[in-house]
Order: sequence, then C-alpha cells, then structure tokens
Amino acid sequence: MSARAIWKGVLRLEDVEVPVKLYSAIEDKRVSFRLLHREDGVPVKQVMVNPDTGKVVEYEDIQRGYVTPEGRIVSLDPSELDELEPEPSRDIEVLRFVPPDAIEHRWFERPYYLGPDGDADAYFALAAALARVERVGVARWVMRAKEYQGALRLHEGYPMLVTLKHAEEVLPLEEFEPRSEKDLDEKQLKMARQLIQMLADDFEPEAYQDEYRESVLALIESKREGKKVRPKKAPKRPRTDDLTAALERSLAAGGDKAAASA
Amino acid sequence: MPKAGAKSTRAKQSSGSKKEAKGASEGKGGKAKGAKGEGKSRTPRGRPVWSGTLAFGLVTLPVELYPTTRPGGISLRMIAPDGTPLSRRYFCEADGEVLSADEIVRGYPVGDDEFVMVEDEELEALDPDRSRVIDLDVFVPRADLDPSYVQNTYVLLPGKDAATAYRLLVASMEEEDRAGIATFVMRGTSYPLAIVSVGGTLRGMTLRYHDEVRSPEDVGLPELETADVDDVKAIEAAVKALAADALATSEFQDERKERITKLVEKRLKSGKGVHEAPEEEEPSDDEDETVIVDVMQLLKESLGKAARA
Repeated sequence: MSARAIWKGVLRLEDVEVPVKLYSAIEDKRVSFRLLHREDGVPVKQVMVNPDTGKVVEYEDIQRGYVTPEGRIVSLDPSELDELEPEPSRDIEVLRFVPPDAIEHRWFERPYYLGPDGDADAYFALAAALARVERVGVARWVMRAKEYQGALRLHEGYPMLVTLKHAEEVLPLEEFEPRSEKDLDEKQLKMARQLIQMLADDFEPEAYQDEYRESVLALIESKREGKKVRPKKAPKRPRTDDLTAALERSLAAGGDKAAASA
Repeated sequence: MPKAGAKSTRAKQSSGSKKEAKGASEGKGGKAKGAKGEGKSRTPRGRPVWSGTLAFGLVTLPVELYPTTRPGGISLRMIAPDGTPLSRRYFCEADGEVLSADEIVRGYPVGDDEFVMVEDEELEALDPDRSRVIDLDVFVPRADLDPSYVQNTYVLLPGKDAATAYRLLVASMEEEDRAGIATFVMRGTSYPLAIVSVGGTLRGMTLRYHDEVRSPEDVGLPELETADVDDVKAIEAAVKALAADALATSEFQDERKERITKLVEKRLKSGKGVHEAPEEEEPSDDEDETVIVDVMQLLKESLGKAARA
C-alpha cells in the first residue's frame, strides 16, 4: 500500500536541484470524539455570538480583528489578508547545514518523507550524501499558501523534512541557570546512576503499543451493549521520604519494582 | 468555559473530519495545548497541563508538567462588521439551547446519528495508574530519540518538598546521558513519554506510537539505489558551503505575522476600520505571555528553594 503525495517541489542546495514529492510520515490513530449535548445526545454546533445583541453572526458576516495592547480593534478584510499570502513557489531552499544537536527536539513539529519526482538519480544522490555528512539541513518553502521551515534529515535511510516551529513559539528556557549540584548527596547520586545502568536498554519504539486506545474502544463497545463498567482502582504509591533507603531497596531488587516492594 | 475549550482542542487535533465546527482562533489551529483554555478561570499564572507522580525504581516524587512551547501566529479575533468582538458559544441543534461546559459531553460515533457518551472520568479510570504516574522503567541512550516520534515537549517541575529527589534525577540522568521512558495518560490519550535532563531541568517529550509513524515501505518509497559518485560529491560540496554551527533564529520568524502587523500599523495610522474595544473584553489572546514568565518563575522558585533548605 502506498501513500499519496501531498505536494511536489524542487529541493535546492546551492545549485543542485532535486525534484521531490512530499508524503506525510504520520498516521493519526487517536480515537476521535464529537461533542454532544449531554441531555439529548445530539452533537453540538459552535457559533459566534455578538455579546451585545445575543444574536448569532453568520460566517460570511464575520470579520477578523486585531486587538492592540491599548484596547483598540483593527478590523481586517478577508481580501486584505489574502493579499498578504506568500507568493506560490515550488522551491524548497536549503539555507544551511547544522550539526544534528543544534536543533532541540522541541522545535520539531511534523515529519514528511521526501520521495523522488520523476528521474530518481538526484534523489538517490541526496540520500547517499546526507548519510555521509552527518549534518541536518535547514530548509524553507511555501506550501499551500503557507510558509514552512523544516529540518532535512534521514529517517531509516530516506530523506525527510520535519517542519519546525517559529522562534516565538519556543519559550526561552535556555536562560534558566541550573544550580550547582554540590549539595547533592554523593552516595545517593552514585546509587541513582547504578539504578539507571541497571535499567539501561536501547529504545525500541515497536515495543510500545497503544493499549489504552484499545481499552477506550472496548469501553465504548461495552457501553454500547449497555454493560456497566466498573472503574479500576489505582494502586497506591506512597511518596518517598527516605531517598537513600528507596534507592537501596531498588538496587537490591535489581530495578524490579515488584520484587522490591514485596 | 474551560472544559469545553479543552475538548474542542482535542477534537480538532484528533481528526480532520468535515463536521467539526470547533477550532481555536486564527493562527492557533490545533496547537493550543489546553493549558490556555483551562488556565483561564484558575490562577492567573498558568496551570500545569498534567500533575502526578514520577517514579524511578522505588523513588517517587510529585511533579507538574508545563509547556515549553506556545501557540504562535498572530491572534486575530472574530468580530462583527461594527467591530464588536464575538463570543464562541455551543448550542444544541435539536433544541437550539445555548450550552454551558458541563452540559457538553464527549461522544463516539457508532452509527448514523448514534453516539456513545464517554465521561472524562471513565477515560481516566481505564488506566488510573498511568493517568497519575510516570514510571521510568527503562533508560535509553539520548541519541535514540528520533525527531519523527517527538510530539510536544514539557518541562517538569518538582512538587512540594521534592526538589532534592528531582535534582538527583537531573544529575544522574545527565551523567549517564540517558533518557527515561514511560507510558502515561494525559487528557484521555496515552503516550510513550521520554524524560530527559536538559540544562538543570527534566523535560518530558510525548512520543508517537510506532504504528503512527509510517515506514518508507508504508509510503511506497522506492528501494534506494547506488548513486552516481559525482552527483553525491556535488551535494556534499553544497553541504560544505552551507555549513554552520547553529540555527539562525532570524530565519525562524513568522513572516505572515510580520506582514499582518505592518498592515495593522498602517490602518492604525489612517484610522480606517479602527474601533474601541469594549470594556468587559473577554480574556482570550494575551494569556500566553503570562504563561511564559510563569514557567521561568516557577522553575526558579521550585528549584531555588532547595538551595536554602
């Protein structure tokens, strides 16, 4: 089964051109709900109401307004806003290549695979070159009247663009100064590190299945059949008072909680 | 109406279905994290998006999760032609009644116009442990965390009297260069969660499940073939020419926002289409600023206290 391309463009690295197609790398599997009126189970409708008159304002009569900090509202026409849309273009311009850790994870938004568009020679060269350089590209493009920036990297050997957030969307946490760790207990720190080593493994994403999603669907099925659903009780987790003792017991149990709490 | 706000965010994110009439204000589509809507009626300094217990072996500590990103774009209100800002209301199509948040419930479609109602409490009760506990049962090399899996990043703050245990985790995870992995449930959705130590704090990254990330085969990409050596060299040369050490955040500005801001300034000067906002303005768009200041402030407060203790 193959996915449909969502867009076509030309990746430009200096004077090298690579014609590509974009494919979404994500398949959303979340259980999707509607909002209902509790009393009669009818789906709710969302409307915009003029608070002065209490009347519903129809969509075609709604304008956009920018509220200034001084409390003034500037109304903007849909046509005025349309004029501000970026020029359409097929170019995906690669601006620079940075070390992979130059991009913090919280910048990432959504991954798209790149596939070849037409002749695949340049595409195969791109995949091979990206595997060799160990750098991540930063690219910009306009797709469906919207400006994007993204990271050009490999995923399972294939070129991918992961869209990135705007600078103002990423909160300036870097400025937080970590305090000195001098007052941490050396013995506790050593035990904590040992416990991490004991629980160390490689990351295997395939080991995680969304069992919760399954139980949400099962809940819906039982409710549909009119069965009573009895809520589960959470086991109690008393908070740790004695850090050293908790670490010692965890280590003694080899990181195995069941054994440790027995 | 905090509750409905949070729900509409989820409903919007969870599918692209045509009938969904909900949504955030322009420029915030799908990105609002719920903290915004929910924080409204509570404390002015923002609320955690999740609070519960972090477990590491037999060590447990109370933690709170706060966003590290905020919705971007320019906040445009929907207004009437005379400039009056409009309010979002939900109403029942059957009886035309305007509904408050507690009259609204989630429903799962099981047929034409037939739904099964599901309460938030029922969803939480499905896995009460994971709704309250982040249990770090495996520690993986930090480099194993793949950007294609990462969804949102939160900063964890220690709860009351938990700063020492928190800082112990910060230090030991940093030194081992490993991320702790757990599965947890937040607002009716479960996620694998990676906890990493960054700059003296713990960050939590919600991850996608393996079956939500397509493989190259799923997409139908061709098998990779050996490339022409000269073609590869040409691209490597381009990479070299474009090499830099860091991101230039100047290239990450929201240009649409800048263009709209310019238009707004022009209109303010000319006075055309400029209205005075009514006094009892509903708070809606300016809260993000408060949240930013607060996360930093909370960090300082909760981690600074331990220093004196």
